[in-house]
Amino acid sequence: MTNIATEALSVVVEREIPFPPEKIWRALTQPHLIDEWLMKNDFAPVVDHRFKFSAAWGSVDCQVMAVEPNKTLSYSWGGYGLGTIVTWTLSPTGTGTLLRMEQTGFRPDQQQAYQGAKAGWPRFFANLEQVLARID
Amino acid sequence: MPSAYDVLFRTLADPTRRALFERLCRQGEQTVGALTARSGVSQPAVSKHLGVLKRAGLVRDRHHGRQTHYSAQFGALAPLIDWTSQMAGFWQGRFDRLEDLLKRMDQ
Repeated sequence: MTNIATEALSVVVEREIPFPPEKIWRALTQPHLIDEWLMKNDFAPVVDHRFKFSAAWGSVDCQVMAVEPNKTLSYSWGGYGLGTIVTWTLSPTGTGTLLRMEQTGFRPDQQQAYQGAKAGWPRFFANLEQVLARID
Repeated sequence: MPSAYDVLFRTLADPTRRALFERLCRQGEQTVGALTARSGVSQPAVSKHLGVLKRAGLVRDRHHGRQTHYSAQFGALAPLIDWTSQMAGFWQGRFDRLEDLLKRMDQ
């Protein structure tokens, strides 16, 4: 039991995908491709770049934090409203890529983002429920 | 009127408060004195943080003689666990769509 509250706020999804990291990297970083599987966006793979993901239910303010082509990508998710960080890690396997997404919240180094978190969270949850209902 | 999420996230956003809560989770019930001894902050500050945790439902206090004992209330974390399972569902769905896209992409 390392860090209970932090663990309660971490989401990890990991999947082996039968494509090379370079191809997955394109889907993770090219705006028109991101549109197709995640959300509309004005992403650019440049550290500190601020961008938005937008959907019918609203938008998420983000900022690029780390870019290492074909290996790792991380961005803040929700900035001042939500305060989590999404990190993608691509590891080549013999037959494809192990793709890992980790979303973490409330780390000590993110305190500033949380000061303004009060308004954003509940709205996000309400919206998210609608999204999840649609995705099924 | 702040929502339950509001209160929980705000309460746990403070690193000192989160550390106190986590110590109570790991080590069970403790007095204010014992918590202060290893917290690096003053007893009034610890008491104040415990008060905030108590109002958020994250800890419970019990008076015994002149001492107040605090214990963690795991159940209060439920909304956060709901959050993680919701987000996990969201990302699983997006992974599915990503895989579909990759199949359609050239090379």
